[in-house]
Amino acid sequence: MCDTCGCNITDGNAHLVKPGGKLSLTASGNEAVSVLRSLLHENDHAAAHNRSHFDEHGVLAINLMSSPGAGKTALLEATIQALGDRYRFAVVEGDLETENDAERIRRHGIPAVQITTGSACHLDAHMVHDALHELNLDDIDVLFIENVGNLVCPASFDLGQHLNVTLLSVPEGDDKPAKYPVIFRVADLVLLTKADLLPVLDDFSPEKAEQNLRNLASEAPLYTVTVKSVLALESWLNWLKAEVKAQRARVAKGETSQPAIQPEGAALHESSPL
Amino acid sequence: MHELAICQALMDQVDQIVLEQHATGVAKIILQIGPLSGVEPHLLKQAFPLASAGTLAEHSLLEIKPQAIEVECSKCSQRTLAKPNRLVCGACGDWKTRLISGDEMLLESVELICEEEMNHV
Repeated sequence: MCDTCGCNITDGNAHLVKPGGKLSLTASGNEAVSVLRSLLHENDHAAAHNRSHFDEHGVLAINLMSSPGAGKTALLEATIQALGDRYRFAVVEGDLETENDAERIRRHGIPAVQITTGSACHLDAHMVHDALHELNLDDIDVLFIENVGNLVCPASFDLGQHLNVTLLSVPEGDDKPAKYPVIFRVADLVLLTKADLLPVLDDFSPEKAEQNLRNLASEAPLYTVTVKSVLALESWLNWLKAEVKAQRARVAKGETSQPAIQPEGAALHESSPL
Repeated sequence: MHELAICQALMDQVDQIVLEQHATGVAKIILQIGPLSGVEPHLLKQAFPLASAGTLAEHSLLEIKPQAIEVECSKCSQRTLAKPNRLVCGACGDWKTRLISGDEMLLESVELICEEEMNHV
């Protein structure tokens, strides 16, 4: 099916399987098949497929994750306003219900596809793949995938993105990275949003938030931003420009990239000697 | 509750293995789950009867091997155990560490029930 990722984990991890081959008999006489494959093998396969689509069309794909109401859509609106002349954006929106977020994005003249997940708490690679059919990737420089607002489940599913950005809004408290380590650990960039509220919510310490992030052994940059002024978004906008440039350089060389922190299944996949 | 979705993905994989190996059923499924995978073993266990109903693995045993979180320090090279929200080096306290284990979400192995054996029983 997918000729780019060559993902036959079982063969690739043959060295991990005990001597005597992958088949052996258990005490009860049953045949034991050693697998050592991610539980989300199918999803990871679809994610690799999405990523190769993005690379073929020179698209940079960014997965935005946060709790509901942390300001993901507002950040996208401000980003579109600031850099809309420079890059062609598109957005895939994930929510349980409503077309609201996609409509907000479309008002800026940007293509947006809304995925309504019903009761599912996260996006998966198949949902994103279906949404991609509604977009012309040749007309896109940067695709934002705004994940379902949730600090738990989205962290476990690769969508094919190149980068993960996790938002932490000031009203949520500076200990969120300690409370939800999985989603903050996989972030390539953490944005402290709604920083205009810092003078009011003076029990929030950006230093403590950063310390909690470093405790996860994360080297991801952490920027303090607010959509209330373009100046206060500069660090994010500069990061984005640098990442677009890096993606273009990779595409020119036929290379690709994944978020820095990969789950075990993907790590095995990468180290596959075959 | 993404554990149900993950469990359903597991059942698809297991069914595929049963068919590939020409087995008739599944006795046991063994998983490795680390705390940093974002998957809760007990929720996975709860989801399992629902997800396995009507599959070739219905009534099989689900064994989950919990994995410890271990990090390797990039400064002092020591390997130490860590907590999910504190992955700093247990020896020197430096925060620049590499995860050695603890984020596993793996199907380790499947014990199949084969036709011949069924005949013997």
